Amino acid sequence: MKTGDFQQDKVVMEDELDPIERQVQGDYKYGFVTEIEADEAPKGLNENIIRFISAKKEEPEWMLEWRLKAYRHWLNMKEPNWANIRYEPINYQDIIYYSAPKQKVKPKSLDEIDPELRRTFEKLGISLEEQKRLSGVAVDAVIDSVSIGTTFKDQLAELGVIFCSMSEAIREHPELVKKYLSTVVPVTDNYFAALNSAVFSDGSFVYIPKGVRCPMELSTYFRINAENTGQFERTLIVADEGSYVSYLEGCTAPMRDENQLHAAVVELVALDNAEIKYSTVQNWYPGDKDGQGGIYNFVTKRGICRGVNSKISWTQVETGSAITWKYPSVILKGDNSTGEFYSVAVTNNHQQADTGTKMIHLGKNTRSRIVSKGISAGVSNNSYRGLVHVSRNASNARNFSQCDSLLLGDKCGAHTFPYIEVKNNSAVVEHEATTSKIGEDQIFYCNQRGIDTETAVALIINGFAKEVMNQLPMEFAVEAQKLLAISLEGSVG
Amino acid sequence: MNTIENIKERFQELQSANGNKLKSLEQNAFDAFNKMGIPTARHEEWKYTRIGNVFNKELHFKPTSTITPQELDQMRLPGHENANEIVFVNGIFSTSLSNVRSKELTVKSLKEASAGEFSEIVSKNLGNSNRYSKDGIHALNSAFAHEGVFIHISNGKIAEHPVYIYHITDARETNVLAQPRNLVYVSERAEIEFAETHFTLGVSESFTNEVLEIVVEKDANVSYYKIQNDKEQSSQVCTTHFRQVGKSYIHAVTISLNGGMVRNNLNITLEAEHAEAHLYGLYFLQGNSHVDNHTVVDHVKANCLSNELYKGIVSDNATAVFNGKIFVQPHAQKTNAYQSNKNILLSEGASVNTKPQLEIFADDVKCSHGCTVGQLDEEGLFYLRSRGISEDTARSLLVHAFAIDILEHVKPAILRSYVDKLIFERLEFETS
Repeated sequence: MKTGDFQQDKVVMEDELDPIERQVQGDYKYGFVTEIEADEAPKGLNENIIRFISAKKEEPEWMLEWRLKAYRHWLNMKEPNWANIRYEPINYQDIIYYSAPKQKVKPKSLDEIDPELRRTFEKLGISLEEQKRLSGVAVDAVIDSVSIGTTFKDQLAELGVIFCSMSEAIREHPELVKKYLSTVVPVTDNYFAALNSAVFSDGSFVYIPKGVRCPMELSTYFRINAENTGQFERTLIVADEGSYVSYLEGCTAPMRDENQLHAAVVELVALDNAEIKYSTVQNWYPGDKDGQGGIYNFVTKRGICRGVNSKISWTQVETGSAITWKYPSVILKGDNSTGEFYSVAVTNNHQQADTGTKMIHLGKNTRSRIVSKGISAGVSNNSYRGLVHVSRNASNARNFSQCDSLLLGDKCGAHTFPYIEVKNNSAVVEHEATTSKIGEDQIFYCNQRGIDTETAVALIINGFAKEVMNQLPMEFAVEAQKLLAISLEGSVG
Repeated sequence: MNTIENIKERFQELQSANGNKLKSLEQNAFDAFNKMGIPTARHEEWKYTRIGNVFNKELHFKPTSTITPQELDQMRLPGHENANEIVFVNGIFSTSLSNVRSKELTVKSLKEASAGEFSEIVSKNLGNSNRYSKDGIHALNSAFAHEGVFIHISNGKIAEHPVYIYHITDARETNVLAQPRNLVYVSERAEIEFAETHFTLGVSESFTNEVLEIVVEKDANVSYYKIQNDKEQSSQVCTTHFRQVGKSYIHAVTISLNGGMVRNNLNITLEAEHAEAHLYGLYFLQGNSHVDNHTVVDHVKANCLSNELYKGIVSDNATAVFNGKIFVQPHAQKTNAYQSNKNILLSEGASVNTKPQLEIFADDVKCSHGCTVGQLDEEGLFYLRSRGISEDTARSLLVHAFAIDILEHVKPAILRSYVDKLIFERLEFETS
């Protein structure tokens, strides 16, 4: 019997428990496997696989060339080992680089989508219909690398907003893709970005035309389903002059014993006076209590404020993944541009996180703000690694960074590696960091008022992370708060 | 012949001599040096400091250089009449120039000490700094360890005379490579004050690669002042490694005013409960100088306290680097560790790279770090100007006020006034 099947049974059982008991048990809630026939490439990576992926996606010749260029470069690169994380070497030949849910005809509307697949989303709590009717969120759902349906597409099209899967964008808007793809994260940028460029199978593409304020939150939901697959999605968001978009990304994966690789690339481009707000709630499977299994989340995210007065804001809540390696960055090229980074990273059990941001100040009067909150429990390690770079010509640059760590228990670790490089004498850069634990007096205060210790900890942690939570869009904030509490269950006492 | 070949030749020459108990340690270090080589910018600890150029110039060992006592007089620190003076010329201990006044103080070559009554202390403590300095530069120094000096301060005695350590580089004839190596053992209940400084004679290039290891026993109290005001042609890598093996107190102040390329590694390990360490640093840079301060504070045991404050003023085209690491090991509960780094950039060509780093493995701790990079306070400047103070004077006042947080930790009055004088000279220079 496959492990996945077993986990599925367990979920059913859990459903029968009463809600409190389920809370206390606190296992990974999203660890079910959807039985869908998948269209897979054979294991391994070589030029033929890349040609296979490209052919499957019916891509034009230039795209294939682009992929092969990335692959050839990747072959000569070394896997980075500077991060504060430990893992068994990854066998890149043991991964399936393409897996698509098998469907004979392309769906025209959501109703045509495989009902099994739709139930997956319902379990995840993002029923497409629900979302469509109630919350007004347009969802581009990605399962195992292929975008299965995009809601609200027509409504967005009226405004000229393009929100579609990457493969569709390559076919239908090649001029936009050609113009912006890999301008922020070059294919040769780093090991995982090069790998992604070679094998990426899908992702989302967003283009907001001049002066348009996107009327709804755009959202993607990533989910790794098939066994032994890596998910390599590629997202590109372009906000043209004077536009605004808020984009949400959520991730989960089934429980598996093996480690799965997730190497995504996200690129944001903000032109003059444009603003992009990118929020992530990452809840990939973190592995079991003994550190068995879990997702390796090696992601390259970078935005460029190319125009004047532009703004990019990253907000992330990282509760999942066995290993997180990600540094959402902003290149502040346009004068008066602003970059923001708000992050809560929670690690429990054997999880490891090495995450942070890079703020590269190039233009004049650029501003950046970093708020990072790390929470470690169990035997986990949580690192903040950030760079604030002020170049010679970036006069009047301003940065404020704050990174706080909270330790629960004496076996976990919290680390801070801030790099600050200032080459301009009108810059003002501040950095501060603290490390602490939850005070016994705080717990006592709550206990005294009838709040049990576990709830008290959740309460205090939510307070600790509040500055970041406030940045999340409403729909996400609720989920993120619950996630925080769940990820830390059992780590107190 | 290039520098590396000179090093190899000198090593073979020294190793052929007999009676060296440190032979295997030195051989291992030399192998490590050959393996690791000169660190490049790819080495994380050397990311902002390029040391390769120093080795591209042809450097020579000059162990036989002589300095006359008259020449030494020009370089002595104030208060030397009352101090124990230990003089190194081109990295080699000079018996004739040194002057040991206190009877509590024993000064021996490491070669001698490793064979005699102190052999146990030497074998236990020599090379402990390897833990934090894993690079070719440090290994290179260790490969010549037996030429260094062992200083022993005996039990319960209070040295009434401070210990002044001079590193003199005689670069009047040729480019010089000097590698002083010291091991200091401060016994229980001893109290001692060190001042260390570097001077270069002549205008040729020089590179000093110094390692100083200090072991501090129970109830001992050590103050350490390092004053760097050397020439632009002289480069230095100075590793100072404190081991607090007993409940003890240390107070370290590093003042860097000049020098071509200066790298200071200051490591402190708190290996006993209730130990306390205070670290202060001031760098005031001009011209093209490059000063890099790397500090490591390692909390191994519980209930210790460390406090670190480094401040920098950078003008012209100078570059300052600060990397402060605090480790709190598992079980080092109730640790208090504070670190702060503040910088002022005075000119367009100046740069600061700073990296305050925390690595914490225990939960019941209070740790914080902060760093800032900015300019002189415009409002403060305006306040002074509105009271009829010229702009130049107002700027020097503000810079001096910024530096005073560190200067006030130079406790011996005689050293304090000496450093103050150096700072004022610099300020006048800045504003003229």
